[in-house]
Amino acid sequence: MAKYKQGLAAIFLTEEQILEAARKTRERGFTKFEAISPYPIHGMEEAAGIKRSWIPYVTFVMGLVGLSAGLGLTWWTSAVNWPINVGGKPLFSLPAFIPIMFELTILFAALSSVAAMFYACGLPKVNPPIIDKDLTCHKFAIFIPEDDTGYEESKVQEFFKSLGASEIKKTEF
Amino acid sequence: MMKRKQLVLGNKTLKDVTEDIVAPLERFPSKQWVGMFLSAKALFLFYLVTIAIVISTGMGLLGVNHPIGWGTMIITFVFWIGIGHAGTLISAILFLFRQKWRTSVARTAEAMTVFAVMTAGLFPLMHTGRPWLDYWLFPYPNQRGPLWVNFRSPLLWDVFAVSTYATVSLVFWYVGLVPDFATIRDRAKNKIRHLVYGALSLGWRGTAKSWSHFEMVYLLLAGLSTPLVLSVHTIVSFDFAVSNLPGWHTTIFPPYFVAGAIFSGFGMVITLMTLVRIGFPEFKNYITIDHMEVMNKIIMATGLMVGYAYASEFFIAWYSGNIYERFVFVNRAFGDYGWSYWIMVTCNVLIPQIFWIKSMRRSIPVMFVVSIFVNIGMWFERFVITVTSLHHDFLPSNWGSYAWSFYDTAILVGSFGMFLTLFLLYLRLFPAISIAEIKPVMNVGKEGKGGH
Repeated sequence: MAKYKQGLAAIFLTEEQILEAARKTRERGFTKFEAISPYPIHGMEEAAGIKRSWIPYVTFVMGLVGLSAGLGLTWWTSAVNWPINVGGKPLFSLPAFIPIMFELTILFAALSSVAAMFYACGLPKVNPPIIDKDLTCHKFAIFIPEDDTGYEESKVQEFFKSLGASEIKKTEF
Repeated sequence: MMKRKQLVLGNKTLKDVTEDIVAPLERFPSKQWVGMFLSAKALFLFYLVTIAIVISTGMGLLGVNHPIGWGTMIITFVFWIGIGHAGTLISAILFLFRQKWRTSVARTAEAMTVFAVMTAGLFPLMHTGRPWLDYWLFPYPNQRGPLWVNFRSPLLWDVFAVSTYATVSLVFWYVGLVPDFATIRDRAKNKIRHLVYGALSLGWRGTAKSWSHFEMVYLLLAGLSTPLVLSVHTIVSFDFAVSNLPGWHTTIFPPYFVAGAIFSGFGMVITLMTLVRIGFPEFKNYITIDHMEVMNKIIMATGLMVGYAYASEFFIAWYSGNIYERFVFVNRAFGDYGWSYWIMVTCNVLIPQIFWIKSMRRSIPVMFVVSIFVNIGMWFERFVITVTSLHHDFLPSNWGSYAWSFYDTAILVGSFGMFLTLFLLYLRLFPAISIAEIKPVMNVGKEGKGGH
């Protein structure tokens, strides 16, 4: 299980503030901070310096695996393991196998994308610490952990104040 | 310049949105809900008893017999699978087209998909007659050879298509629900609620990195569900089209079935949404008349596509010069089952034309009645395709009719009990509008602030 870190959190009340705060936190050189919001915010990736998600590569590769699995399954069972003549059709009747290959492509790609998301987001977590109950409703937060580069409690406090935080907390996240 | 219509009415704040949407699951259920739930549940129990009788006695209780080997079970299976398709269309295809109005109806439409597919999935399993042997449908290593399933059969393609569709729809729906479960968890005032929704939320905390992955996965699932939904009804139509029976053996079936599925599904979405708006008045600010109007336009458009398919089938039957093909279609409209054909045409092609008039598209009572007719019409479409094609085929000595029995009615009516029980439970236990998705589109169409 992932360990939780100590650090300082600032709570903001509007979307504009959190975007500005994320941008400035990144510009100050913090790299391990988290920006927390109740919904995905347009422009947050750029502001917080988050790279494009790598999950599409998983989807693509697992889609190909699903496609090959479909081909392998139909070919091996129909033409190799127990070949049976059905209506005089060739043992390896590719056109008839395409629906199976297609469905398995989708199934593998979809399930592995979701599994990759769980892995990337560290889910599931059992009862993780939350900074404020309203962060999944109408408030926003920035959390900077103690081990981040250039972390100094009094300075971070001051920095949060300058951003217009409505509340500053020492907390675990 | 054209002004965008507001997607959320009533100048809501972020907090109001959360409170409005979770209200139905935090308060004591209303009398209407309890009344509807008990009726639905009674019907569901009746359905279970019917299934038990039919399975323990045998398929002979239904009207299926030679030459009509496919009856209520298959008709109703196609009906429910079709209903599910509108949910995926709204949640996936309209998402890819960046139609922001879909946001407020997507969650409930997806729920409808999941429940409709669950309801549908039982029919082929029961129709095998010996449902305890249904695991034979899957290719698993066995001690009979191993004797594998026949991958050249459309019925087996169907097993793969429907089970993939059920799995992917369920996962897509659940992934969208995770952040909303977290919202409910953080609002929970009692321990059990905190525990249950905490477990369902998987510990979601809404960090920017998670949102970035979440949005990507949502997009990927929408992209994967789009071809999937088209493939599912295509493959369902192959169950018919790959056979050699006149009336079934046509190349128009895949697009015709997909259009019909979307048509019937939107009919069901309108039926359910009108009821949800009455039951939960706070949702009227989210599921506005504008949303309903857009869906009615889709009903009208897909109704015309279905009408085009009906006409085209007749034209091709005549143009093919094949006497069997011609006979089947004349028989379809003017034979023993002609009445069902005309019910279908009236409900699916004629009645939705009322939506050309704007005031009709925006009237709740009118759209409710039309949506019921669409549901009836689309059930009859599958009845017409299945029964009229089978009852008179090539040889007059092989003709017969469908002996509709009490159990056919019971199975058909009972399946609504199952669907409605699940749907009513969903309305009470899950947030019926996506909280995290509606918040970013709140300002669309408002003065001064714009969407992107």
